[in-house]
Amino acid sequence: MALANIFETPAPGFNFDNTARNAALNGLFDGGQTPKPLKTGTTIAGVVFKDGVVLGADTRATSGEVVADKMCAKIHYISPNIYCCGAGTAADTEKTTDLLSSNLTIYSLNSGRNPRVVMAVNILQDMLYRYHGQIGANLILGGVDCTGNHLYTVGPYGSVNKVPYLSMGSGDLAALGILEDGFKPDLELEPAKELVRAAIQAGIMNDLGSGNNIDICVITKQGVDYIRPYRESQYKDKRKTKYKYPPGATPILTEKVVPLKLEVVQETVQKMETA
Amino acid sequence: MEKHCTESRVKGVSTGTTILAAVFDGGVVIGSDSRASMGEEYVSSKTINKVIQVHDRIFCCIAGSLADAQAITKAAKFHLSFHSVQMESPPRVMAAASVLKDLCYKNREELQAGFITAGWDKKNGPQVYVVALGGMLINQLVTIAGSGSTYIYGYIDAKYKPNMTKEECLQFATNALALAMGRDNVSGGVAHLVVVTEKGVEHVVVPGDKLPKFHDE
Repeated sequence: MALANIFETPAPGFNFDNTARNAALNGLFDGGQTPKPLKTGTTIAGVVFKDGVVLGADTRATSGEVVADKMCAKIHYISPNIYCCGAGTAADTEKTTDLLSSNLTIYSLNSGRNPRVVMAVNILQDMLYRYHGQIGANLILGGVDCTGNHLYTVGPYGSVNKVPYLSMGSGDLAALGILEDGFKPDLELEPAKELVRAAIQAGIMNDLGSGNNIDICVITKQGVDYIRPYRESQYKDKRKTKYKYPPGATPILTEKVVPLKLEVVQETVQKMETA
Repeated sequence: MEKHCTESRVKGVSTGTTILAAVFDGGVVIGSDSRASMGEEYVSSKTINKVIQVHDRIFCCIAGSLADAQAITKAAKFHLSFHSVQMESPPRVMAAASVLKDLCYKNREELQAGFITAGWDKKNGPQVYVVALGGMLINQLVTIAGSGSTYIYGYIDAKYKPNMTKEECLQFATNALALAMGRDNVSGGVAHLVVVTEKGVEHVVVPGDKLPKFHDE
């Protein structure tokens, strides 16, 4: 039996408690617009190359038609040898990958082994299937373990597919065109990074939900190279976004000091036993 | 991702598919295409594996929602493995089919997946069972399922003969898959074939361009 301290056995069947709550919340807004969840309208891609896996992502997070975050991190850490790109609802991908990462860390500490990619995939599949598509997470998992270099996709309903190259998100079709054209088995590192960069670039250029910078994560047996950003957007603005003011910047016009009189009401002493 | 599956009855990735299994003299041939679709017009995978091994000599072909089918076959693998440890012998093909049927029937409101279970066991030799969407279980000599199967009922009825040789049966299955993939838009890719006999299991993959062509292609 696997180490039992990871997941407590969930109650059988589907748990739809929150759908009732969501429906009730919808009713509260009474004809108005419910706030849209923060989605990562996204382009993410992954490629298996000779020595490992390259994952790439854009960095735009949208909330309806507004760009909510220009430097969002979509490549999530799962374990030292496994990283995960997430598309879909930002909160869902964030929490799902965090949960997975925590559980795998506990597992590693208990078993003394690095987790395998296929184990991460199985845990994700079980969890997403249990929630029957309510968790909007489209994930690309890539990693290197003792059995080789692996790239998996996990859909929101819990379907899993093992692939040599892949793209997901709203910009997936644009990126897939580049990948289909340029992918060859056993690519070298630099051509693989360039292929993923070009795929994400195509997604950024052709999809409104993707944009800003490109992040790349290279996972090999030797270690992980998380390059953030790998390529910056040429449309950066010149705002400093630094709003710290030194002391004294705001002039003081008047000053009034009122001392507070406090008296001791009750005093208790608790002896600590250090025998 | 939502734009891919607007009007599909199956949510998420579906294996609109062609799967079949046929008994020959001494074993079974199980086959499927390799296309996974989302909605009616996006192929989300060209190389999906629909022939899943649930025990040493028992295989399952999946049709319907990919997520549901993968979850069910995972549970089935576990049940069969546990059953064979308890019985101290390999499970019967009937047992495998029953496990799937149980899962499909008990959860028939929520699930959308159908299966063809085929394999070899010591008591009854080669067998083929079909577990339909609602949980119906039927034993047949040859069976086809999936959206592409509608195009090859005539071919199966006309061309299947009991007690074929392995080569004849393989050719029959390849032809059937090729015909279905040629007419059904949600079936395609490569043809996966598995031959199960008492001696063991043999995988045959026929790439799309090596499939037999018929007349006006």
